[in-house]
Amino acid sequence: MNVGLFVPCYIDQFYPGVAVATLRLLEGLGCRVAYPTDQTCCGQPLANAGFEGESRGAMQLFVRNFEGCDYVVAPSASCVLHVRAHYGTLEQTAAVRHVRERTFELCQFLTDVLQVGRLAAAFPHRVGLHESCHGLRGLRLGQASEIHGPDFSKVRRLLRLVEGIELVALDRPDECCGFGGTFAVGEEAVSVKMGRDRLQDHLAHGAEVITGTDMSCLMHLDGLIRRRKLPLRVLHVAEILSGGAP
Amino acid sequence: MSSRDAILQALRQNRPPASPLPEPPAFPAPDVDLAAHFRRVIHEIGGEAVDVDADAVAATLARAYPGLTHVASTVPGYGNGPGPLQAVRDPHDLAGLELLVCRGRLGVAENGAVWLPESELIHRAAPFLTQHLAVLLEKERIVWNMHEAYARLRIEEEGFGVLVSGPSKTADIEQALVLGAHGPRSLMVLLLA
Amino acid sequence: MIEPFLALPVVDHPAAAARFNADEARTDWHDRSIWHAREKRDLAARAVPEWEALREAASQIKVHTLSRLDEYLAAFEAKAAANGIHVHWAKDAGEHNRIVGDLLDRHGARRIVKSKSMLTEECRLNPYLEARGIEVVDTDLGERIVQLRGEPPSHLVAPAIHVKKEEIGALFHERLGTLEGATDPQYLTEAARQDLRARFLAADAALTGVNFAVAETGGFVVVTNEGNADLGVHLAPLHIACMGLEKIIPKAEHLGVFLRLLARSATGQALSVYTSHFHRPRAGQQMHLVLVDNGRSTHLGRADFRSALKCIRCGACLNTCPVYRRSGGHSYGSTIPGPIGAILTPGLGLEKYRSLPFASTLCGSCSDVCPVKIDIPRQLYAWRQIIARQGHQTAGKRWAVRMAGTVLAQPALYRLLGRLLRWALRTLPRRLIYHRRNVWGRHREVPEAPRQSFHAWYTRHRTKR
Repeated sequence: MNVGLFVPCYIDQFYPGVAVATLRLLEGLGCRVAYPTDQTCCGQPLANAGFEGESRGAMQLFVRNFEGCDYVVAPSASCVLHVRAHYGTLEQTAAVRHVRERTFELCQFLTDVLQVGRLAAAFPHRVGLHESCHGLRGLRLGQASEIHGPDFSKVRRLLRLVEGIELVALDRPDECCGFGGTFAVGEEAVSVKMGRDRLQDHLAHGAEVITGTDMSCLMHLDGLIRRRKLPLRVLHVAEILSGGAP
Repeated sequence: MSSRDAILQALRQNRPPASPLPEPPAFPAPDVDLAAHFRRVIHEIGGEAVDVDADAVAATLARAYPGLTHVASTVPGYGNGPGPLQAVRDPHDLAGLELLVCRGRLGVAENGAVWLPESELIHRAAPFLTQHLAVLLEKERIVWNMHEAYARLRIEEEGFGVLVSGPSKTADIEQALVLGAHGPRSLMVLLLA
Repeated sequence: MIEPFLALPVVDHPAAAARFNADEARTDWHDRSIWHAREKRDLAARAVPEWEALREAASQIKVHTLSRLDEYLAAFEAKAAANGIHVHWAKDAGEHNRIVGDLLDRHGARRIVKSKSMLTEECRLNPYLEARGIEVVDTDLGERIVQLRGEPPSHLVAPAIHVKKEEIGALFHERLGTLEGATDPQYLTEAARQDLRARFLAADAALTGVNFAVAETGGFVVVTNEGNADLGVHLAPLHIACMGLEKIIPKAEHLGVFLRLLARSATGQALSVYTSHFHRPRAGQQMHLVLVDNGRSTHLGRADFRSALKCIRCGACLNTCPVYRRSGGHSYGSTIPGPIGAILTPGLGLEKYRSLPFASTLCGSCSDVCPVKIDIPRQLYAWRQIIARQGHQTAGKRWAVRMAGTVLAQPALYRLLGRLLRWALRTLPRRLIYHRRNVWGRHREVPEAPRQSFHAWYTRHRTKR
């Protein structure tokens, strides 16, 4: 199976370790992973700000990069949701349709396509899972607390395969962290307050590490953690699942 | 063009694509004792529900509401019966009402509501002006949910009808629940076999 | 839904939200208090096994109804008229207010009691009537509190949710003569009860909103917990009910679906205390119903946004919204606040309300909690596209976005600028990075900039030349 790795722009620039962990995790599970080197961004930051038109070039580039892959996998639920939900504004060529259907968030891919049942990873720490909204309610990686139905979480299930990990319960298990792309600066006061409140929930339950599918949420939380020197750190879920996290 | 015609024309012009009306959902009752469930829900919402033999109603009411003087009943055989209420012309005259006793036509187990149509009230204002409300309900009139309730009721049969579930309440001050906002401070449902 | 004060300044949600957040303890109180409503809703919803099927049914009934709104309204009008209800049609807020004012004049009504109606808030009926010399008393306790404070409601269901009991105590001390320093909700509610009881008995007319109007029977349903709507209308000789066009439902049996959802979603109750069904006036009474368009027929024509007209005003999207809970209802500057307000209100004036669709992280909680499944995040996203297209963004932002679009379409340029950015973050002195215009950096550190991007790592380790 030929898997194309999409590395979101901000991960490429600021969190290369997350992309390396994703690559190694996928390869360790037997995938042949290609990384088209001329990739940039899915276009979401522009489109969510109202400038879908201006993001067209980025979207078309994404499609050109990945149209030849059986699957596209990204360590970001938000970017994947954008490709699946909003690439509908492009002309629906076979390539666009293929890419929209075949782009997966990492945990979604491990669960739904690879059907992973075992992982060679240990992480003996108390971990709080931050459910990214686009993963939870956009891609339905788990059951949102608003919905009346059977409880499940693809991310949680994978984390439980990691030896020694202790997942902490939270008072508000799926409240938004307040990142929201340009919201983080456009609505700075609320964004910062939402982030602080999430951190407080994790701290109150003794988490040492916050993990999640989306480095963007974690970047926002980490910015608050470091400014306030809180006893917490953030790790992308790929870093824990790949077994490489310290 | 009249406003009516202008609005209707605009609505016609902006009509969304046709979409079928779904079949009414039917969610049948689980295997529960409807009266017991109804009683429990009434308690949860701040009311009271008691099983009473038909011949013990008067005594039960007397015990539950001692010392009340302004009592009205729309039920023949209880209190002074419907006569005095029928004689009242202006509902404002009911401002001092302390207790109203009336009959409910239907009960809903899932939410503890009782259906009070106008004919059981004589005055529409009575169950709202009164300080306390007591409703007689035959157990066999209890249905499971709102779908069954509306399947039985013909809401247009009378000019007014109200589903009452519990005493009047408010939580408008810091979400603290207070019974007796504007209407009755208490509600008792007497369940008759 | 045309707001009569279009001349007012543009709503700046971020600025209002920042003012709200200046008092963090109060923001926490507001958040917790409203989150409590969400928790009550969750318990109530989980107690109903068929909850999701009910939501779907409710959504489909509304979609169907909207597709034949003209027919159902005409059918309703005929039935209602046959029932003895006088039906009026108002194109906009002004016509609605005139109809109500003229009816009151014709009956010589000077003192009126009013139960909760977001529509009359939308139409600014109170100031209009007061200018005509009519005394209007809002009788819902929360609404009475905000009326005495001289401000609009901050929540669809709990109008005074932003007010603390100490503030209500002081207000009632001044206006209703309660004991100084008294804050007990039971005591304060009793004081309002006594005061309003006298006003109910003295009212010449009673106004209510409408929760549902039933086309097949020509009647309407009003829901309250306090009993205030009923106390007003059953005493006064004149009942005027004001209703937005979208409140119509086809059949009585549909009440079962909507009523099972409404109170559970709103307050976590299985049903509100009073669900009153009106079909005919009582002897000696007149019953009037005003059907109000005020922008609704226009909104129906907006394919991307019409489903917002499914709304039954339960307020669940407000309670769940992490932004609403931390910015307060007044920060939206619109009659309908919160997520539903952020998609309904831009239709009334894009220039004025352009900040509202951006007052969201698109977290999607609103849409999952909505009892009629309105796709709020999709509509927020769609409004953003329109706002940007029509140039309601600053020139600076437009320029930056256009540049970003260009860079992201050209990988080599993207890599070069990325390298420059990381170099700058590693090299520049802190005060140059955390300058005044770096909004991100006011309360947050920027990410640590690594020496090599993933692209560089990959090229070095994986690409064989």
